[in-house]
Amino acid sequence: MSNLFDLLVAGLATGAIYALVAVGFTLLWQTSQTINFAQGEFVMLPAFLMLAAMHVGAPFWLAIILGILLSLILLGLAFKMLLVDPMMRHGVLPLAIATMALAIAIKESVKQFYSAEASPFPSIVPTGDISILGHAVSLQSIGVLTVAILAVLGLTTLLSRTSLGHQMQAAAQNPTVARIIGVPVERMILLTFLINAFLVALASLLITPIYLAKFSSGEVLGQAAFIAAIVGGFNQVRGAIAGGLLIGVLDNLAAAYVSTQYRAAVPMMFLIAVILFRPQGLLGRAEERTV
Amino acid sequence: MSGIAKPLKIALGLAIIAALIIVPMNFNRYGLFILSQWAVMSIAAMGLNLTLGYAGQVSLAQGAFVGIGAYAAAIMTTHGWPLPAAILVAIVLSFAIGWVLGYPALRVQHHYLAFVTLAFSTLAFLVFRNESWLTGGIYGISNIPRPHIFGIATNKPLPFYYVCLGSLAIVSLAVWWLIRSPWGRAFMALRENPLRAQSLGVDTRRYTLMAFAIGSALGGVAGALYAPLTQYIDPVPFNLSLSLDLLLMVIVGGAGFYFGPFLGAMIAVLLPEWLRFTEGYYLMLYAVAVMLLLIWSPTGILGILDRYLAERRTKAASALRAVAKSRLETAQ
Repeated sequence: MSNLFDLLVAGLATGAIYALVAVGFTLLWQTSQTINFAQGEFVMLPAFLMLAAMHVGAPFWLAIILGILLSLILLGLAFKMLLVDPMMRHGVLPLAIATMALAIAIKESVKQFYSAEASPFPSIVPTGDISILGHAVSLQSIGVLTVAILAVLGLTTLLSRTSLGHQMQAAAQNPTVARIIGVPVERMILLTFLINAFLVALASLLITPIYLAKFSSGEVLGQAAFIAAIVGGFNQVRGAIAGGLLIGVLDNLAAAYVSTQYRAAVPMMFLIAVILFRPQGLLGRAEERTV
Repeated sequence: MSGIAKPLKIALGLAIIAALIIVPMNFNRYGLFILSQWAVMSIAAMGLNLTLGYAGQVSLAQGAFVGIGAYAAAIMTTHGWPLPAAILVAIVLSFAIGWVLGYPALRVQHHYLAFVTLAFSTLAFLVFRNESWLTGGIYGISNIPRPHIFGIATNKPLPFYYVCLGSLAIVSLAVWWLIRSPWGRAFMALRENPLRAQSLGVDTRRYTLMAFAIGSALGGVAGALYAPLTQYIDPVPFNLSLSLDLLLMVIVGGAGFYFGPFLGAMIAVLLPEWLRFTEGYYLMLYAVAVMLLLIWSPTGILGILDRYLAERRTKAASALRAVAKSRLETAQ
């Protein structure tokens, strides 16, 4: 049983990170019909920005701030202005394919300009274990879970309790009417891109100490986030959260109980089953867009 | 492309075919390998162009079908079967699996479909890697023989290049015929307006599955040629990035244009050789170029050409109209 408990905690911790990434993914879809195939690379890049900042002598805390700022500029502002805006008029699919090219570009840039090798990354949470109900639980798992939960709570509060959040929802659900009643739709869309950039930077900060910083690590992460978003419900923030946690746990349990060889197959099979039998996702509603 | 006079088009086509046959005769081993690879990838991209460009169904699994074809050919030919038999099995196998993979397409569209096929790609890769009793696992299958065609051994690079080129020619003719048949028109109807197609009596269900199955079968053909071309296969070339590469080939060349895949495959296969001097930066530059191209023209390079020719035609037509109008006015 102790084994199962450990697996659950570890699964929830990675799942919470997947959830952060998946939430950003669904936000972009809802406000601007952007399917970001580079989302995994978006998570990989901020860690390297922070490493680069430390390389030129910045202390860790400053590197984090610089990394997040650069992410907001590159993955939020520049991504929207330089790729999404000009591609929007061509429709959903060409934009999705352009983000696939972007994924390759980011991956190759990191490989060329930084390193093809995996680099260690400092953890913001102290290492070590504490005892909960007689089980040793790593502080890292707890730290990751706490930060992720706080981020998600903050985001849902923003979306459902504040005027800004309501404006964002209006912009996502019905841009035309939102514009008529005076919601600055363009600014709201930009805001979701910035929120996404912040979420991926946060996810990067949380997951890189566990899996090391490597140019190719975005592939697995991106896939996990897509699966989480679809399984939970593409049009629901809470769906993406539930999906993230579910995929994290499933992935860890599969590694332990199915086989390490076919570990990656389990979330995929689950994805295919969900798409075939409940395409709107476990928590999603069909053909509807809400933030 | 219809802006060019027909005899000119035929002459151009014949010149290209003649060049493809004659020019490589004094190529070295590596040049022939690259050119053969172009032929093989063109076949796979043509299959994907049927599924994506003509029928409008997104697939991120074409690389997996190339893998299925390659493993079918590798396993059969190393056990003494002739290559044509292996190609036939590759076609049947890819067709059947492609048909089954088409079923999700009946329920979901666009990005959902992209993810189902992406998941399939990953699953296929895991099977190639893990089922070592069949596929040799990570060690792969080596010493894949090249075939004897009409009693001629094709062990040398040049004869095998002709095998690839001949296969490309056969597939090209078949696809040319297919997209001009009622089937091809049904595929396009599926892409443009599925609802309308259905109300006009097109069995959209069957044609969606067909689009997947035929496209996948061509992927299988490409794979069955890839195995004897490299004479050694392992799971790595058939991972998700091959599917992405093939998708980009179709898009860059021009999805839904007959010649799109040839051009896209040429750019993807030959350009890295010409851009050797950029060293590791090649893929980065390629990706950036693809993004710029997509911003400019989401229908790829042939889309730009098509628009240019259409513009010239309308300009010529309006010039003619102006002349006709002024004549009418002077006549009055």
